[in-house]
Amino acid sequence: MEMPSADARILERRDRIISRLRMAAPGATLIHDPAETKAYECDALTAYSCAPLAVVLPASTEEVSALLSVCRSESVPVIPRGAGTSLAGGALPTADAVVLGVSRMNSILEIDTGNRFIRVQAGRTNLSVSDAVERDGFFYAPDPSSQLACAIAGNIAMNSGGAHCLKYGVTTNNLLGVRMVMMDGEIVDIGGAYADAGGLDLLGVICGSEGQLGIVTEATLRILPKPEGARPVLFGFESNAVAGACVGDIIRAGVLPVAIEFMDRPCIRACEDFVGAGYPDVEALLIVEVEGADAEIDMQLGLIKQIASRHHPVTVRESQSADESARIWAGRKSAFGAMGRIADYVCLDGTIPVAELPRVLNGIAGLSREFGLRVANVFHAGDGNLHPLIMFDANSKDELLRCEKMGAEILKLCVEAGGCLTGEHGVGVEKRELMPFQYSEADMEAQMWVKDVFDPHWLMNPAKVFPLEMSRTRRAA
Amino acid sequence: MKPGSEAELAEAIGSATDPLVIIGGGTKPIGTPVEGESLSVSGIAGIRRYEPQALTLVAGAGTPVAEINHELARHKQMLAFEPMDCRDLLGTDGEPTIGGIVAANMSGPRRVQTGACRDYLLGVRFIDGSGRVIRNGGRVMKNVTGYDLVRLLAGSHGTLGVLTEIALKVLPRPEAAGVLLLTGLTDQDAVRCLEAALTSPFEVTGAAHTPRGLDGDPVTMIRVEGFEDSVRYRCFRLRDLLREFGDIDLETGAERIAAGWKWVRDVECFGDEKGDVWRISTKPGDAPSLVENLRRQTEVAVLYDWGGGLVWIKTEAGTDLREGCGDIDGHATLIRASVADRLRLGVFHPQPDRLRRISLGLKAKFDPRGILNPGLMN
Repeated sequence: MEMPSADARILERRDRIISRLRMAAPGATLIHDPAETKAYECDALTAYSCAPLAVVLPASTEEVSALLSVCRSESVPVIPRGAGTSLAGGALPTADAVVLGVSRMNSILEIDTGNRFIRVQAGRTNLSVSDAVERDGFFYAPDPSSQLACAIAGNIAMNSGGAHCLKYGVTTNNLLGVRMVMMDGEIVDIGGAYADAGGLDLLGVICGSEGQLGIVTEATLRILPKPEGARPVLFGFESNAVAGACVGDIIRAGVLPVAIEFMDRPCIRACEDFVGAGYPDVEALLIVEVEGADAEIDMQLGLIKQIASRHHPVTVRESQSADESARIWAGRKSAFGAMGRIADYVCLDGTIPVAELPRVLNGIAGLSREFGLRVANVFHAGDGNLHPLIMFDANSKDELLRCEKMGAEILKLCVEAGGCLTGEHGVGVEKRELMPFQYSEADMEAQMWVKDVFDPHWLMNPAKVFPLEMSRTRRAA
Repeated sequence: MKPGSEAELAEAIGSATDPLVIIGGGTKPIGTPVEGESLSVSGIAGIRRYEPQALTLVAGAGTPVAEINHELARHKQMLAFEPMDCRDLLGTDGEPTIGGIVAANMSGPRRVQTGACRDYLLGVRFIDGSGRVIRNGGRVMKNVTGYDLVRLLAGSHGTLGVLTEIALKVLPRPEAAGVLLLTGLTDQDAVRCLEAALTSPFEVTGAAHTPRGLDGDPVTMIRVEGFEDSVRYRCFRLRDLLREFGDIDLETGAERIAAGWKWVRDVECFGDEKGDVWRISTKPGDAPSLVENLRRQTEVAVLYDWGGGLVWIKTEAGTDLREGCGDIDGHATLIRASVADRLRLGVFHPQPDRLRRISLGLKAKFDPRGILNPGLMN
């Protein structure tokens, strides 16, 4: 993975830039000691790192504005950072860049349950948004696995999903408005506590733009009343293909579960060893959860079990208590941690049409043999969002290279099957060079027009999303 | 012009030298009037792929919505966002197309629960103002690869590009529906009642109020959909929850329910009446006082949908409703008015200067020669 080399002209002006940043926002935390900037050298994609020129942690939108004005006038690239949990390198700095982190901006600004929204500063963590409305009987729907740590700012940048988006949608479907600072320091408000912002859907294109259009400092989010109850059922199958076919049949039957999660044997074993979730010894496992009152849940699960029975499950286990539900989910939720105990791994994020599940899983197994690297599969089956985990030894340069190559092959397979490179993690630097597999030059050019309009000098998170060669002249301008 | 394929459409746009008026089914003359040669997309039609087990459907932009509805119904599925049919309200003929619906981001009553048209778009193909074919998104449920031009194109009224193909997420059609009906509520009480319903866990899929129902009295409508037992249970619980608002009737007849919500969806109450029609999107709780304020100034007829978040207002022709509203948390769109009044009052809500400049900047990038519906969204 290549990053642009640092601009020597910027590095020469380092002291001046730092002093201007300090003067512009005296209240902001400013970090420039190399021993301390090191903490910001990477995000959760730890394979790549580079300490930035400086880090600023403002406490208000006005400070963000003042800091960006300085960066703009000094032509310094800015790397927006939420909580730094990106798996795609979305917050990876370059040595000539200023990291602007919003983690100190984490207040709740307004809760209005009657009109069903909450307004927060964007540095607030995902889970703490739900926590803030929990006692009123509400929740915020998008629930990425990193929800304990990840910030709303990053969720908006990457248009994050989670296990429950089969029913509730992803971030873009739950975002009503933002306050955002443009690269030149101007503060704009888009949308608000009402449905459908007026004019062009700028909110729609800002969400998922990977921090390349502006710094979101406040967000108005839709909150939903909590369902009366929820209950999972667990099915074990004798092959991945059968489990995959069962998913399609459940969806076709007219029940819309809130989640359908899939795990294959390597993943089941790892989770079982780690948390003892009581998972059966099977090739593939589905966790299907439905919501409603008890009688409604009984009815829906009855229907789902009837459909599953046509695929001859080896195990059917419906949760009988809150405790059992928690145990069923504990395994799934600890999957990434459990795999981490066994080996280093890279987590992929392709999405495929649900009908292609059996074929793509076979293809992944074939690639695993070809590259000589083990793969475990754990994913959101209901919406076809795969998370193959490729296991490798990080101390072996050869294995890392093979792992990268194999990851690219799996993602190509997803695209060929009618899917995409990334379902919820984003492109970042990780999948930047793979974009041409999914999009033509004209397709990417049209996306870059949007950046041209919001950030004409390409200073905001510049070396991400688009293949470096394609964005080169724009970044150099 | 009516090209029969995407390639022909691209060629027609690429070689055009003068402004084009983009038309789907021609049922929604919404926007600032545009002069130019008409370019119809209705020749690019047909369902190209439908996978009920994946809840996805891909169709040419000119495909009639009726054809899509028909095909979905065969598999007990539906378009989640309940798109409006504007023909009654706007007095137009023709056949609504999926491209036209998406270009206007039209969502009906169910939007309050399941989301807007733009929330069900998985991917689009479109032709930009230079005649280039551009693809964005795909046909899978989750996709964050690159920027989301799908949503940018939805609701852009053909000003950034001409849609040629649309991939949609669809939903299972509910087995049953039930509607709670309350009569005689004031606007304030009705919106409070709808709020109580919408903040309950019972997944209300329709929340509307008319101060003047078919019998002339105010009627408040709350819809629940799903499996039959579930609908029965939820209606029962809601009835209990909303007791303080007065007597509640329960409607379970499928045909009457469908007709009632079509009445709301298509704003049939203003269909054959004279006057301008405005559509206001606002914070639901603000709606009654906003209407009260307008009533003090001028004669208005009103229909509340989305629990008050969407307010349809009919005024005497030529009235500047935005001036009457003052500073609202939301926006007002002039849906029906004479050409002269649309030009004078402006169809879309004025934007803050920077957002306006961003919008114009995007227009200049996607359509550098300014030939696609120029000025329609100004």
